[in-house]
Amino acid sequence: MTETKEFTCIRCPLGCQVVATLEDGKIVSITGNTCPRGAEYVTNELTDPRRIVTSLVKVTGGSQPVASVKTASDIPKGKIFECLDALKSVELTAPVRIGDVVIPDVCGTGIDVIATSNIQ
Amino acid sequence: MDKDLVIIGGGPAGLAAAVAAKEAGVNDLLILERDNKLGGILNQCIHNGFGLHTFKEELTGPEYAARFIVRAKELEIPYKLETMVVDISADGDAKIVTYMNREEGLVVVRAKAVILCMGCRERSRGALNIPGYRPAGIYTAGTAQRYVNIEGRMPGKEVVILGSGDIGLIMARRMTFEGAKVKLVAELMPYSGGLKRNIAQCLNDFDIPLLLSHTVVDIKGKERVEAVVIAEVDEKSKPIPGTEQEIKCDTLLLSCGLIPENELSNALGVEMNRVTNGPLVNESLETSVPGVFACGNVLHVHDLVDYVSEEATQAGKKAAEYLGKSEAVNAGGDKKIVIKAVDGVRYTVPSIIRLDHMEDRQVVRFRVGAVYKKVAIQVLAGDKEIMNLKKQALAPGEMEQVILRKSVLESIPDLSEVTVRVKTD
Repeated sequence: MTETKEFTCIRCPLGCQVVATLEDGKIVSITGNTCPRGAEYVTNELTDPRRIVTSLVKVTGGSQPVASVKTASDIPKGKIFECLDALKSVELTAPVRIGDVVIPDVCGTGIDVIATSNIQ
Repeated sequence: MDKDLVIIGGGPAGLAAAVAAKEAGVNDLLILERDNKLGGILNQCIHNGFGLHTFKEELTGPEYAARFIVRAKELEIPYKLETMVVDISADGDAKIVTYMNREEGLVVVRAKAVILCMGCRERSRGALNIPGYRPAGIYTAGTAQRYVNIEGRMPGKEVVILGSGDIGLIMARRMTFEGAKVKLVAELMPYSGGLKRNIAQCLNDFDIPLLLSHTVVDIKGKERVEAVVIAEVDEKSKPIPGTEQEIKCDTLLLSCGLIPENELSNALGVEMNRVTNGPLVNESLETSVPGVFACGNVLHVHDLVDYVSEEATQAGKKAAEYLGKSEAVNAGGDKKIVIKAVDGVRYTVPSIIRLDHMEDRQVVRFRVGAVYKKVAIQVLAGDKEIMNLKKQALAPGEMEQVILRKSVLESIPDLSEVTVRVKTD
């Protein structure tokens, strides 16, 4: 059975409309992407969709009450809310520096959550 | 106080302009910033997606800002925070910049050159004419973003977003991450004003509906928003009777466009572009007042900060060039080429090119006024086609650019006009 699936690539601001053709669930062609990242994105979306998660954690003693954080690379899409839950219980003490590890190996993904802002 | 160069605003444009000017040899410069830190709006844009062009990696807003702040500090560029510029005027060749802060009170600076980097602000409820009471719970998306991401406060629990600009889309995901229920995004136009990838990763990922050709026609609630009424609109953007539906919510976020913040430019009397609401500039990003340059969102609203940095770098270099010459850079350069935006192209930045001052390659940025599929961007020098770029799709939400070559423009005798248009046939 042949089916086609359409995706908006999120790897850069171009937002290519990429079409994957599948036969019996196997990818046979990918079209519409401007660069190899588009093909890689769509392949991942069909097998193991992942996202970089950006959010906040509490900070005490700093110039502002929250510090921005991100996953150092993308994590499985299904773990986004589990990761956000884990961040709720974190409380950092100022100063916070960009790159500080906030949670190592978040939710068993093997990926660290790191700080993305400097808080004095 | 006397200064060679004053830069108004310490956001992405001001930082990149200052770094470029200092690197080009301007030592007597000063950044004036109204917030309590450098970085501007990037500090509250905690999502990723910045810097792919500039740094070849995907950064969050604060990380992107930090790269430039570190560079500015390495270069020992002086700056003042919590400092508000209240006026600029011209006195002969000098520019008189008046600023205020708590330590110094009111201070007047005589500057040889000024770079305008004040950014833009959001279109507010008042400017949108939505009927109803004035209950609590109505915010622009950027205000809500500041509350959540900087101040750590949640503006509400059940949210409707009007307008599908990028800040609105980003806030739909952000509010969802913080535990709010985002019920829908309503967009007046038949297309979104935001980047396609933000619709994919901020709305579709979380099953948040985007209703195109819909608007808010009423806001219910007296003390606090209790519901909004949305309706479908016709092709003239008028609500269609009978299509109203009431959506229960406690918060309405507005993401309905950005307006360059040009009160100071107007006070100075620079000529404005009525389409962008920013100054008219030449190839050096210099306004109609010699020695006053503009870049970033105060000039025209950008979708990518990378392009702001690139544009501001150009402004910083050109300001340095202006300061390096004993006579105004505007002198000479009699050969002016006017860039005309027609057939779907709403404006271009710059809109004037002086061949004498043009670099080998000149970036011309613009936006289109509608959604187009399978068209071309055509550039004519006089009536000769010099460029024809095929485009799969064009949309008003996405900035486009063409690069003009000096050698090509010089090869056409008596050239006075370049036209940029969408070619649909």
